[in-house]
Amino acid sequence: MEQQQGRAVITVLGKDRVGIIAGISAVLAERNANILDISQTIVGGFFSMITVVDLDACRGTFSELKELLEAKGRDLGVQVTIQHEDVFRFMHRI
Amino acid sequence: MSSIHFHSSEIFETIRMVADEKFDIRTITLGISLLDCASDDMDTLCRRVYDKVTRKAEHLVRVGKALEEEYGIPIVHKRISVTPMSLVTASCTTGDPADAGRALDRAAETVDVNFIGGFSALVQKGCTEGDRRLLEAIPRTLASTERVCASVNVGSTRAGINMDAVALLGGLIKETAALTANRGGIGCAKLVVFCNAPEDNPFMAGAFHGTGEAEQVINVGISGPGVVLNTVRRNPQVPLGVLADEIKRTAFKITRMGELVGREAAQRLGVPFGIVDLSLAPTPAWGDSVAEILEAMGLERCGTHGTTAALGLLNDAVKKGGAMATSHVGGLTGAFIPVSEDAGMIRAAEEGVLTLDKLEAMTCVCSVGLDMIAVPGDTPASTLSAIIADEAVIGMINRKTTAVRIIPVPGASVGDRVEFGGLLGSAPVMPVHKEESRLFISRGGRIPAPVQAMTN
Repeated sequence: MEQQQGRAVITVLGKDRVGIIAGISAVLAERNANILDISQTIVGGFFSMITVVDLDACRGTFSELKELLEAKGRDLGVQVTIQHEDVFRFMHRI
Repeated sequence: MSSIHFHSSEIFETIRMVADEKFDIRTITLGISLLDCASDDMDTLCRRVYDKVTRKAEHLVRVGKALEEEYGIPIVHKRISVTPMSLVTASCTTGDPADAGRALDRAAETVDVNFIGGFSALVQKGCTEGDRRLLEAIPRTLASTERVCASVNVGSTRAGINMDAVALLGGLIKETAALTANRGGIGCAKLVVFCNAPEDNPFMAGAFHGTGEAEQVINVGISGPGVVLNTVRRNPQVPLGVLADEIKRTAFKITRMGELVGREAAQRLGVPFGIVDLSLAPTPAWGDSVAEILEAMGLERCGTHGTTAALGLLNDAVKKGGAMATSHVGGLTGAFIPVSEDAGMIRAAEEGVLTLDKLEAMTCVCSVGLDMIAVPGDTPASTLSAIIADEAVIGMINRKTTAVRIIPVPGASVGDRVEFGGLLGSAPVMPVHKEESRLFISRGGRIPAPVQAMTN
């Protein structure tokens, strides 16, 4: 019933501080979600990051990973979202 | 950046649509045929209905919630539509069709869906005995259930309008209001009177699973007035052709999400994917209002001169943008203008700018009709029938779906406001014309189907 394969897009938004990438990456590594790409910018102290991860070998369910990432986001004071890549493919590509 | 196939602005646009612009998938609706549940014994029929609905819809809510998580887009409702119940209960000549309605209600509760549609009859040309029994059971069914929605098709472009049914429905609406008087006549919010009813509509209260449909089907209703509103606000001074183009682009994007969710839900449930209904469905929240879109186009208040023109442009642009985004378009497809469910409509009605007559004009160019309108409790049944007849003729002549969902709120008069709660919102009681339509309605018979040529 749960779709587990494929790729997801993780976005992180918030005030810049030490350890955001490290914190998010640690959660992904712990679940065996492979980072395929990271793009990160800081404008006026505002941090934004887009990460594409491969979920094929990821342990646990999508919603567990989502909860872990959101909890880590709360610790770091940033907003974290994770969405299946299909959302962006469907919306922005014909 | 080889793995990221999207520009960061695209990704943040999607996130903004959900976080700031109230974008959601309004409903995934599972259609279920109940034709094989018929029996001449009502207890047997009710047991079959309950068993089939609970079995077929067992995973609906769970799949819907999983898709919400994975795609990060809210799916507000998971709902069920069933075969028009008059067909299922027709051979049961002794039992009360309301019992079948209560079986639907229990089934909906068991599988945790908030509405189940299809306590319905299609009587555009005439009533069978079974239709008549079901129609007469509508008021007590809506009064004794929480989740059941009823609809009646009283006309079509091919059949004309069954004015005997229209006359009957004025009385049934009054009776439904009286039986649910302690809650502002809320039963009437779950009763839709259609002309040209679609058989694959996922939206309540008018959803039913038509006889031309498969055993089961997944239909999706999208939403997104907030997203379109922000598109219009970002283009304050562009010419209308350019604005229409921007709305088309936005409609394409939100419809794609409906297509994605529908395909995936259908696959996981092992059910065919039916259609995406390209409707702009408002909620009572500010920023998610169709009236606000019209005002953002440059009207001081929704309901003033120019409103019909603005709505016509909006409705057409949404269809054009959405039609390319999905493999199958269906249902109601257009901008909804339910008064009680749209903060801007409520304001315009309370200020007296938006009247019933203007709403009627607006329904000529959009989906669906006079929707969620509260009127004084002492409105005569024949006046309600006449309002239905007006709306049905607009649908019949213009070859489109029209509908009436009207609530004569017991004990209320113009200026009062009645709270229905949740997405049904709160409705200002609007004035109706005092002059009688009784003699016209009491003639009965049928309004003939219109000529299809000479189209002026």
